[in-house]
Amino acid sequence: MAPARRLSRWLPAGLLILGLAGCGGEAPSAEAPGAVTGPPAYGDTIVEASIGDISGLIPNITSDSASHSVGSLIYDGLVRADRDLSLTGELAESWTISKDERTITFHLKKGVRWHDGAPFTARDVEFTYRYMRDPKTPTAYAEDFLQAASLEVVDPHTVRVHYERPYAPALLSWALWVLPAHILEEPWRKGVDLRTTPQNRHPIGTGPFRFHEWKTQEKVVVLANPDYHRGRPYLDRVVLRIIPDPATIFLELKARNVDMAGLTPLQFRRQTEYPAFAKFFEKYRYLSNSYAYLGFNLKDPRFADRLVRQAIAHAIDKQEIIEGVLLGLGQEAVGPYKPGTWWYTDQVRTFPYDPDRAKALLREAGWRDRDGDGILEKDGKPFRFTIRTNQGNSVRIQTAEIIQRRLKAVGIDVNIHVVEWAAFINTFIRKRDFEAIILGWGLGLDPDQYEIWHSSKTGPDQLNHVSYSNPEVDRLLEQGRRTFDRERRTAIYREFQRVLAEDQPLVFLYVPEALTAVSSRIRGIEPAPAGLAWNFIRWYVPQDAQRYTR
Amino acid sequence: MLAYVARLTVVSALQMLAITLLAFLVIHLAPGEPVVLQQELQTTQSPQQRQTLRELYGLDKPLHVQYGVWLNRLVRLDLGRSFSPDGRPVWEKIRERIPVTLSLNLAEICLIYLTAVPLGVFAAVRRHSLFDRLATVFVFIGFATPDFWLALLLMILFGVQLGWLPISGLRSLNWEYLAPAAQAWDLVTHLVLPIFIGAFGGLAGLSRFMRGSMLEVIRQDYIRTAQAKGLPERVVFYKHALRNAVLPIVTILGLSLPGLIGGSVIVESVFAIPGMGQLAVQSVFARDYPVVMGLLTIGAGLTLVGNRLADVCYGIVDPRIRIAGRSA
Repeated sequence: MAPARRLSRWLPAGLLILGLAGCGGEAPSAEAPGAVTGPPAYGDTIVEASIGDISGLIPNITSDSASHSVGSLIYDGLVRADRDLSLTGELAESWTISKDERTITFHLKKGVRWHDGAPFTARDVEFTYRYMRDPKTPTAYAEDFLQAASLEVVDPHTVRVHYERPYAPALLSWALWVLPAHILEEPWRKGVDLRTTPQNRHPIGTGPFRFHEWKTQEKVVVLANPDYHRGRPYLDRVVLRIIPDPATIFLELKARNVDMAGLTPLQFRRQTEYPAFAKFFEKYRYLSNSYAYLGFNLKDPRFADRLVRQAIAHAIDKQEIIEGVLLGLGQEAVGPYKPGTWWYTDQVRTFPYDPDRAKALLREAGWRDRDGDGILEKDGKPFRFTIRTNQGNSVRIQTAEIIQRRLKAVGIDVNIHVVEWAAFINTFIRKRDFEAIILGWGLGLDPDQYEIWHSSKTGPDQLNHVSYSNPEVDRLLEQGRRTFDRERRTAIYREFQRVLAEDQPLVFLYVPEALTAVSSRIRGIEPAPAGLAWNFIRWYVPQDAQRYTR
Repeated sequence: MLAYVARLTVVSALQMLAITLLAFLVIHLAPGEPVVLQQELQTTQSPQQRQTLRELYGLDKPLHVQYGVWLNRLVRLDLGRSFSPDGRPVWEKIRERIPVTLSLNLAEICLIYLTAVPLGVFAAVRRHSLFDRLATVFVFIGFATPDFWLALLLMILFGVQLGWLPISGLRSLNWEYLAPAAQAWDLVTHLVLPIFIGAFGGLAGLSRFMRGSMLEVIRQDYIRTAQAKGLPERVVFYKHALRNAVLPIVTILGLSLPGLIGGSVIVESVFAIPGMGQLAVQSVFARDYPVVMGLLTIGAGLTLVGNRLADVCYGIVDPRIRIAGRSA
């Protein structure tokens, strides 16, 4: 329903297929050895399933993962993340960063063509840049482009972007899909809403696959681009079937009508553990790019007290949640980053499950059970609060129930309120009308989390939902975005994690694992820190195992 | 008769206006707004962009102005454009789904009527017989079984275990490459389960209804008279009684008119059929106001037309209704 949303920073092209982007950390593990062998061959089709239809084929102005997955097959960015998440060129051959770190010069690949044969040039990059900055463009990804001061086209294959100040996430922001100027610039100049142009239904890109058809709510089909500048993909065709019901997707997978689908922990552990499934599918598991948290409204005087937050952290058994709700397919979170990324550290204060310590901290904060009803009071008011979370996410709801029980044991009475997503966001989150929430954040490929933690971002349309304000964190976040130097950034973000852990503005609960089943006839899958699909164009089916010949 | 029809038309127009106004208010007052959904939790957005979207959709204007704009469009038979990033005209989105839903529902209704009417009639004529009891048990099972659960069971049985029928969707992946006869067969196999599931619940209700209606007629004096005259039972039941017993079915058929394009959400979701029910639910969740309003307007319009048709038919069949000038 409402997944943990991505934290803005692009998951680069090709990584997004089915949300299969990994992000640092140990490589995913395959569960079963493949039965199929043979040299790489061209041909065959991979059938994937998506719960939601795509909403358009100009991905820059959509925000749903299905549109981004398909968009990433059709379009390219200037840069992309490689297997170990380092940035490498896609439409850019190379780039240089000036000494003062305020100018990035991209040298574009020569000889790249759009699917309609038109040459790709700096003009396309310039158009994309201007379109993204246009206040009339209905996009959620303008911020990175508004950070730039200017962009100059040096020659048809060189562009230079200037920034007022060094802006570290800038490089990654150029993983955004480049749009064709020769098709879109004219309507855009005339003030036409680009969503109504043919490009939104029959797109022309530079990517590894060419658009073939989109039957609303039924399927999207793309075909291999034989002229792709990084080499023709082995697979002839990618079909994305739209199946709104997760149970149906699972049945289609079991019936082998779908080649690749995400699994729930229950399906992974219990419902796919039989020989026939192991014969036809390989299962992969790796840490996903997200974490779940219990957030507090820090404007509430009870939660403004750090002792209370620390006590609650001690009262919750994270391992119990991982075992009970995720069936062990997850890892405890100690901060807002995914374990294994270069900026991550676990050398921070942790809060192991310790109800006695929790009680002691609460007593220290002035909470006592004076009337013997098992609920703590302070100033005559019992410690009662409501955890709100969104409907349609059973994992979050079950997490809330476990937390409710654990907090009861230390004298805090918790109610749970589950709300439909749109209402949840609009009524409670935007208006900051909550005491506590269980939500998740999606994580990107850059440690910058300015928008989430900076004290200037607590307005109704902004993302610092919990109203966190800490001058030291503000300072670290500002410094972290102003340098490209990896070592300096590592030091800054590790310090940021230490401060955050000490402060516990929210209880970081767990990082769930992404669970995927892929047909075992598909070879060439190399699980890496970047996840599964980073080398999607190199996936193949050996000649004698090919199933869809037409 | 003309005056009667004219009066019905005026009343219907007023009702239509009231329905759309109410619907418009309810939708817009529900928490959540499309802008938020499209942009929520994206750290790259700037607040001004959100305002941009609001202006783009006209959501920054007062409600009565928005309704005025919408109504003005409606009069010109324009339902506006969807708020979804595809930005397509609402009518286009609805139109492309009508054929699927309509054919599915027509097939379901045919199946329901062809099964339920005889079932009800036999059960009534042979009241308290073994057949009647079995039919009753069957009907209550039908009432009680959740659609989606039965659907999943049948999908597992026929799709996964036996592999006889496709599990979901409308067409196989290689549909374009099949011969016309094979294409038709492919479509049929895809529709077997959805039609069965869709008809299963309705079947139960209608057969009970038919049974009750038939029983009521059988108790009438004129039936007793016919039997006393020594007419054969077949003629009494299946000619005299059935005619009158089927009358209420006319009403039900009239009322099922809006249902014809209102897809079943559950069946369409479980079987991944791109119909109207799916569109309605997804639009509501996405707060895609123009699409929701478009669907409501069409649904309300058809409901009213269905009701009126039933009224007019009654008027034709039964002069007393015309004279009383019923307009409900």
